[in-house]
Amino acid sequence: MKEFTGRVWLLPDDVDTDIIIPTEYLALPTVDDMKQYAFSPLREDLAKQIKPGDIIVAGKNFGCGSSREQAPEIIKHLGVACVIAKSYARIFFRNSFNNGLLLLENEHLYDEIKEGDTITVKDGEVVANGKSYPVPAIPQNLMEILEAGGLVKAMQKRNGIA
Amino acid sequence: MGHTLIEKIIMRNTGKASVKAGDIEIVKADRVMIHDIFIPFVADKFHEMGFTKVWDQDKVVLIYDHLVPTSAVEDVRHFQKGDAFVEEQGLTHVHRSDGICHQLMPEMGYARPGDIVFGTDSHTTTYGAVGCFSTGVGYTEMAAVLGTGEMWVRVPKTIRVNINGKLPKGVYAKDIILTLLGDLRADGATYATLEFHGDTVDAMSVASRMTIANMGIEAGAKAALFEPDEKTAAFSKVDYDSVKDLKADPDAVYDKVIDYKAEDFVPVMACPSKVDNIHPVSEVKGTSIDQVFIGSCTNGRLEDLQVAADILRGKHVAKYVKLIVTPASRSIYIEALEKGYIKDLAEAGAIITQPGCGLCCGRACGILTDGERVVATNNRNFLGRMGTNKVEIYLASPATAAMSALTGTIAAVEA
Repeated sequence: MKEFTGRVWLLPDDVDTDIIIPTEYLALPTVDDMKQYAFSPLREDLAKQIKPGDIIVAGKNFGCGSSREQAPEIIKHLGVACVIAKSYARIFFRNSFNNGLLLLENEHLYDEIKEGDTITVKDGEVVANGKSYPVPAIPQNLMEILEAGGLVKAMQKRNGIA
Repeated sequence: MGHTLIEKIIMRNTGKASVKAGDIEIVKADRVMIHDIFIPFVADKFHEMGFTKVWDQDKVVLIYDHLVPTSAVEDVRHFQKGDAFVEEQGLTHVHRSDGICHQLMPEMGYARPGDIVFGTDSHTTTYGAVGCFSTGVGYTEMAAVLGTGEMWVRVPKTIRVNINGKLPKGVYAKDIILTLLGDLRADGATYATLEFHGDTVDAMSVASRMTIANMGIEAGAKAALFEPDEKTAAFSKVDYDSVKDLKADPDAVYDKVIDYKAEDFVPVMACPSKVDNIHPVSEVKGTSIDQVFIGSCTNGRLEDLQVAADILRGKHVAKYVKLIVTPASRSIYIEALEKGYIKDLAEAGAIITQPGCGLCCGRACGILTDGERVVATNNRNFLGRMGTNKVEIYLASPATAAMSALTGTIAAVEA
């Protein structure tokens, strides 16, 4: 994995998929139409403030709730480089990798940094304010999907059209 | 070493002599379910992936429920895209206005004991009520399953929940699952299976088991399973002998075991705005309300309508309170009509709506605004779920919901 650095946005425990994208916007034609409403029930202006390359650091159970895949897709479309949470809900976890969004897990990072900090993601660790936070390795089958650029591209490869 | 029920189901599917929690296995889908909200995305991703034909037309079920009937002109696009996919693929298991997907899948026999079923909705865990390993996936994942008929799963660890004894008056399956959510918390079963046992569970109807399995996902569970018994076999119209081996071994390895005495349960509610913010109804009793919703894939079944009808028969909902009742499927609607429950509820002042997801997914049929309070029998009280972000949603059993409608304030059936 290539090393990268980004500015941090902090989100609390149990950020659910209705917060990431409320149902009322799901019928909009494209994810780019929806993304301005991301996180609006929690923080109305957050989607407009997030810049490509930023990193979301969150508490536990990030992405709980519905199976709506627009949730990780929107985060990806906002240009978020990765999410680092204490833990994730399982459907959101699968959906994120299937959409090429990198998720990392660390128990302590959220409690020890503040919004606006700049952190660096490396292989096996995250470095913040001079301190190293270990992140577990990603299983091989998920790395393959991520490296292909998501499940669509992985299937295109399988079907010999990419 | 013995196996849990989820391990047994995965062994049956893969033909392996043994699997254990943590293993990554490729399983074959016995059935998949796609609903109207996601069909356009599934169809687009399917084509984009380079697939032309679904792996098995007979194993694909398409259900329109979130947008039926439409409440915005953009909704129509979902049906157009869905119908085009049906035509292109020659699909036959298509339900355009028969009810909520999670009611129809077990009711129509699409999800049976021992099956593995994937659906594009998180509440797909509901079919665990009939001993089916069913779980929610996103639309990209579904597109890949449609093309290949397979999906990788990590064999989940299992939390065993034992419930024994007789439930007190006014306490229902909903109170059990809400209490469990409060104890486990919203992430307490993430990636895990919940497996339910005990004589309280044995005595329960399949419908009540569906209420519990439905909300397993609210603790993050991948599946929420009940061992199939003769009741299940009759409900699913399968021969009991063909499913009686679907039982956890006595020496199965559990991540955790939780024991409950049925007599200890009381009517509870999930208070705003988290599913695990559980309080006894007695703590919030008397709080004024604006609306009551009885319906959804959690509690829109015949026994739920019966409980509400029994409480409201010959009486009238409180002034200013809107009571919205939504049967979970067309067949439930018809049966409730025949048994007179719909008449009882309508005479009591209820607004009866068509079977579907309606208010539960916050799209139609009673959305609320800032400062309003609703007692609802569905499964989520997240911010903005049923209208604006300042709506207060209290999740409860149909009995508590009906009592609250009657009094205009939060109230439970007294023991």
